[in-house]
Amino acid sequence: MNKYRIVLEPGSADRHYWRDLWNYRGLFGFLAWRDILVRYKQTAIGIAWSVVRPLLTLGVMAFIGWLFESKLPGNVPRLLLVGAATLPWTFFSTAFSEASNSLIANSNLLTKVYFPRLIVPISTVIVCLIDFLISFVILLVLMVIYQFAPDVRILFLPLFLLLALVTSIGSGLLIAALNVKYRDFRYIVPFIVQFGLYVSPVAFSSSDIYDSERIPEVLKFIYALNPMVGVIDGFRWCILGGETALYVPGFLLSIGISAALLIIGIRYFRKTERGFADVI
Amino acid sequence: MAAPIITVEHLTKRYILRHQQAPRYTALRDVLTDKARTLFRRRAPRTTTEEFLALDDVSFTVNAGDRVGIIGRNGAGKSTLLKVLSRIVEPTKGRIIIEGRVASLLEVGTGFHPELTGRENIFLNGSILGMGRAEIAAKFDEIVAFAEVEQFLDTPVKRYSSGMYVRLAFAVAAHLEPEILIVDEVLAVGDAAFQRKCLGKMESVAGEGRTVLFVSHQMDAVQRLCNKGLLLHKGQLIAAGPMEKVVDRYLQHSITTATDLKFAPPVDPVPAAFTTTLRIEDQHGQPLPEVPIGSPWQARIGFTVEKPLDGFVIALGISTLLDLPIRTSWSLARPIDPGRYEAIFVNDGIHLTAGPYKLVIGLSDQGRTLQYVPDQATLSISDISTLTNDTRIVNSKSGLLINQMTTRIQRLA
Repeated sequence: MNKYRIVLEPGSADRHYWRDLWNYRGLFGFLAWRDILVRYKQTAIGIAWSVVRPLLTLGVMAFIGWLFESKLPGNVPRLLLVGAATLPWTFFSTAFSEASNSLIANSNLLTKVYFPRLIVPISTVIVCLIDFLISFVILLVLMVIYQFAPDVRILFLPLFLLLALVTSIGSGLLIAALNVKYRDFRYIVPFIVQFGLYVSPVAFSSSDIYDSERIPEVLKFIYALNPMVGVIDGFRWCILGGETALYVPGFLLSIGISAALLIIGIRYFRKTERGFADVI
Repeated sequence: MAAPIITVEHLTKRYILRHQQAPRYTALRDVLTDKARTLFRRRAPRTTTEEFLALDDVSFTVNAGDRVGIIGRNGAGKSTLLKVLSRIVEPTKGRIIIEGRVASLLEVGTGFHPELTGRENIFLNGSILGMGRAEIAAKFDEIVAFAEVEQFLDTPVKRYSSGMYVRLAFAVAAHLEPEILIVDEVLAVGDAAFQRKCLGKMESVAGEGRTVLFVSHQMDAVQRLCNKGLLLHKGQLIAAGPMEKVVDRYLQHSITTATDLKFAPPVDPVPAAFTTTLRIEDQHGQPLPEVPIGSPWQARIGFTVEKPLDGFVIALGISTLLDLPIRTSWSLARPIDPGRYEAIFVNDGIHLTAGPYKLVIGLSDQGRTLQYVPDQATLSISDISTLTNDTRIVNSKSGLLINQMTTRIQRLA
């Protein structure tokens, strides 16, 4: 039998899907490459933007933390405390919003060419991952300036990065698929991102919440439901070492929710994917 | 004979049309309010919907190496068929079995990014169409040479002329190497020389034994390239077989738009005589929506006479769309009684090149104009020739009239 044999029937797309995804794997890179090439065209300072933007965010966040006297664990410099959180948060927020809009932004492709649609949102996440790596270098530079040496826990960092990836891909796929049909999500996404910044420990640290006697337990539980809390706490735990503690039950909850998001995201995406070209 | 490379069985694609001035996409709010309403009232459809069958129970097979031309009027379902075969949309019913890799070119330059250079776009577009990086790199020089854009490889394509853009886009797609190539009306763009080049390329692709599915409105291109034809009409497959026969069916069958033109009756003051109908037909009186180039045709004009007239004349003029008169013919003046009549103007051996023409009808009596109909009727000459007339047509683009002068060559010394 021909190895390229394809049978098209209503609802049959599933059978070839993962094989196709593998055949089209080159496209992940090409779409990401396109977005990177295009992004800084006709800008005066070009690629420098990818350094300036995280630095600005970092400065603002550190200033807010200082203003509200958020506690510093041990002798960790505030810029590093905030930096360890800004990095994963910026990654998540850009990956989530870019992925959510990716299908609509590429609607000309969806209606004219076949390829597994999962490639589109995921390749935008890859672009954000590259941004993340650039800003990680900035953080390393800051650590050198402060002469701050991380301990062995930094080896766990890739695990937490994976958690951030899972969270952003899961939520991004779900919203991207919904966005094709209900453009309302175009307006909801910026709101989620803005709101998320306030309920995630970016300018403050989780111990401000967990150690507070003023905050009722139920609010602490709701706080821990945010998967980015687990990611950010994990980053701090890895990078800053020493005094920072990881609140384990909350962290496990984050993992559970991220995994659930990924499963729901992929399921819904796959279910609606076949109709994208008809609806978009 | 080998098994078919494409088998299509009872393929149906249904779209739901919403009769409401709804936005193109659904808003969540609408769904929620609809749901809420249905809670309170049993059934509260906000919109009336209608089913539209873009493809209706279409079945056919294609053998490996066939070059299949898909023809039909606008809205016949050609593009939907290609989209289903290309796996962009899912069939509603039916089954398709494809034994090979498919590359489809439904649009020229899909995925081209205006900010990227020609070089970058070749790689991007190639990978979107399913080529690997190594494959693109191997074909790179060939693609560039075909597109004739060497000098501009590192210029963003937004600075390209539209011709260069199209050439580059087609060049990438033409160098795909799938077993099955699906091409939608992409040759409608680009200049004549490049169109010839594209057709040549597609012929050579087909010559290598690959299967080509090709949608076009250009009958000469379809006839040149394809050996098999499919004719779609309103979603249904109404003819399949050798290309010549399918094209004939397309031309002859009255599935085409109405061939009888009815003129609105004149009002206030009603002239003593006025035209009612016009029909273009072949020499046997069969209506022709389009006249094959080089074929005999005649115009049958119906008219009504209200009062007895002494010197009635009816005239038919042909002019180009730019109002350049080509020819005008008059009937001989004659007395006429009230009643309904028809006049037949037989085109006797002057052959116009392919294209649309304006027909002008005039009725007069003893030099006084009774009615003048300048802008209502058209004649269209199709560039498909019937084979019997072929020999006299040397080049259909050589002039307005394609009749040949008698030419003699004499030796002088």
